[in-house]
Amino acid sequence: MSRAPPLAWAALLALLGVFLVAPGRFAPLFQPFAPGDTPPIYAQTPLLTLAVNHLLLVAAATLTAAAIAVGLAVAATRPAGRDVLPFARSVARIGQTFPPVAVLALAVPIFGFGAVPTLIALVLYGLLPIFETALTGLDGLDPALMEAARGMGMTDRQRLLRVELPLALPMILSGIRLAAVIGLATATIGSTVAASTLGEVIISGLLTGNTAYVLQGGLVVSALALLIDAGFRHVERGAARRAGFRS
Amino acid sequence: MGGHSATGLLRPGVDPLGSAFAALLGLSLLALPLMTTRPNRIAAGTGLTAWSALPSGAVLLLGGVVALGLPLLALRAAPPLRLAAAAAILLLLGLSAGWAADHLTLPGDRYGRVSPDAGWWLAFATAALAVGDGLARLRPGPILRIALLALLVGATGLALRTGFWNNLSVLREYASRSDTFGRELRTHAVLALTSVAAAAALGIPAAILARPVPALRTGLLATLNVVQTIPSMALFGMLIAPLAWIGRAVPGAAALGIAGIGAAPAFVALLAYALLPVAAATVAGLDAVPWPVRDAARGVGMTARQRLLQVELPLALPAILTGIRIVLVQNIGLAVIAGLVGGGGLGVFVFQGISQNAGDLVLLGALPTVAMATGAAVLLDAVVDLSRGRAAERVP
Repeated sequence: MSRAPPLAWAALLALLGVFLVAPGRFAPLFQPFAPGDTPPIYAQTPLLTLAVNHLLLVAAATLTAAAIAVGLAVAATRPAGRDVLPFARSVARIGQTFPPVAVLALAVPIFGFGAVPTLIALVLYGLLPIFETALTGLDGLDPALMEAARGMGMTDRQRLLRVELPLALPMILSGIRLAAVIGLATATIGSTVAASTLGEVIISGLLTGNTAYVLQGGLVVSALALLIDAGFRHVERGAARRAGFRS
Repeated sequence: MGGHSATGLLRPGVDPLGSAFAALLGLSLLALPLMTTRPNRIAAGTGLTAWSALPSGAVLLLGGVVALGLPLLALRAAPPLRLAAAAAILLLLGLSAGWAADHLTLPGDRYGRVSPDAGWWLAFATAALAVGDGLARLRPGPILRIALLALLVGATGLALRTGFWNNLSVLREYASRSDTFGRELRTHAVLALTSVAAAAALGIPAAILARPVPALRTGLLATLNVVQTIPSMALFGMLIAPLAWIGRAVPGAAALGIAGIGAAPAFVALLAYALLPVAAATVAGLDAVPWPVRDAARGVGMTARQRLLQVELPLALPAILTGIRIVLVQNIGLAVIAGLVGGGGLGVFVFQGISQNAGDLVLLGALPTVAMATGAAVLLDAVVDLSRGRAAERVP
């Protein structure tokens, strides 16, 4: 799938763009799935607005999670943090067994309804995969390489910024990709706690028995997930090439 | 500092992680409210500190154990000692929730609610992390981990059965739904387990058949990868219409429970999500079988079927089991969504709670889900370790 020609991705992106800007043109396609006289295209809120909200929410959560998680992973791989490493790793492992829906549901009694609990649940849930992959990336570096960097007279800070982080970047990016794709799906569920995302379309479809809405919401989120996944994989390959790995 | 080589039970110096645990525990118990009381299930609550929420005997006991345990966590005590201190604090917090609920509930009050507040949750989470850290330092083997899990499940079950926590708000929610809770819990577990079993029954043979053919293999994994990106809510919803049609049109299908409402769409959606990780893990596990081992098996005259069943699959088992662990944990969580499409399961309570703005009802659905997912992860991790030991015996 990631090997699909760039043209296919461009076509999917263009199709998604046209659908979000002018969903009305696609009405005949969805008509068979809409019961009776109900409109085949969700119109309470423009799909474009919902898609932008959805993406902003996921982007904000993923960036926050990435900043925190990479910081923690760097701290845990410094000499002073080494003792904590096995523990941090097992926390990340067990933490990922908490279902995203449950995390979201548990955030509601604490933070109320709307975008805030969704954002917090997304950040919390995004932390773990990024932390785990960043740890793997930073901890799995060749000791001989680190010794060479030390031998060249690099300070700790220079080693971190010029050697360790660039080499770990492909792994870190794959963690961020995972967090973004999971976040995209979890943000959909955020609509059950009144966050304005594409989940609104799906829920409205479920409540009114209108499969056309369910399809629309689902297809748009899936297309976004596929595009983001492909985009990240492309950037990862670039980072891996720069780091000198063959991919 | 005369005796730095001394007892081994307590070495000089400070443990950085343990100090963080001790500081968090102290802070959460001293500065944050331990429990909340509310006149009814949706009213605003009043926070109570540990010393006003607990009877005086319990305050002394909790205070004493914490005062004794925190230095053991913060200083460089021997791992068994740290574990004992953390476990004692965790146990006492669990007991405190019950004691406080009994203490704060007025006799005969059926509407008042007592629930743990921020201080209790933070202290409990910290103590649980400290127990986990103590365990991680001791590196228990898989059998011991399973035994500890069984002990924990048994103790919690016993406390629930004896009604120790019955005055807590979550269990008040349970009391008014005890008949449906058992059914939804069973539906949830059955949905998660059967969908994973079906995914293994379909995904493993599909992966074995498709693996040698590059085009099939790429196609299989790519298709399943696309399925994974469909948001769960949408996939559950999209399946309602086709399954309703099959239920009506195919003779006998309705008798098998295939219908647009109920558990069928949830089951199919969960199965679809579970297929990719199982198939991908099988492909990766078989790919990783060392070449000399395959060669040797061929050399001793084993047929392709014998090689697969007696050599390759046993060696790939740890990888396949790891894939199954991932999907089981994932599906226990995703089965919550079934509550949204009429499929039952613990999600029923989660979404009811959300729509009624009743946090305790959300907890009634979410806590067992989290416990099941985490329990399944610990159990299957131990099973993977066991199978890894067995697979290692096969390769000289």
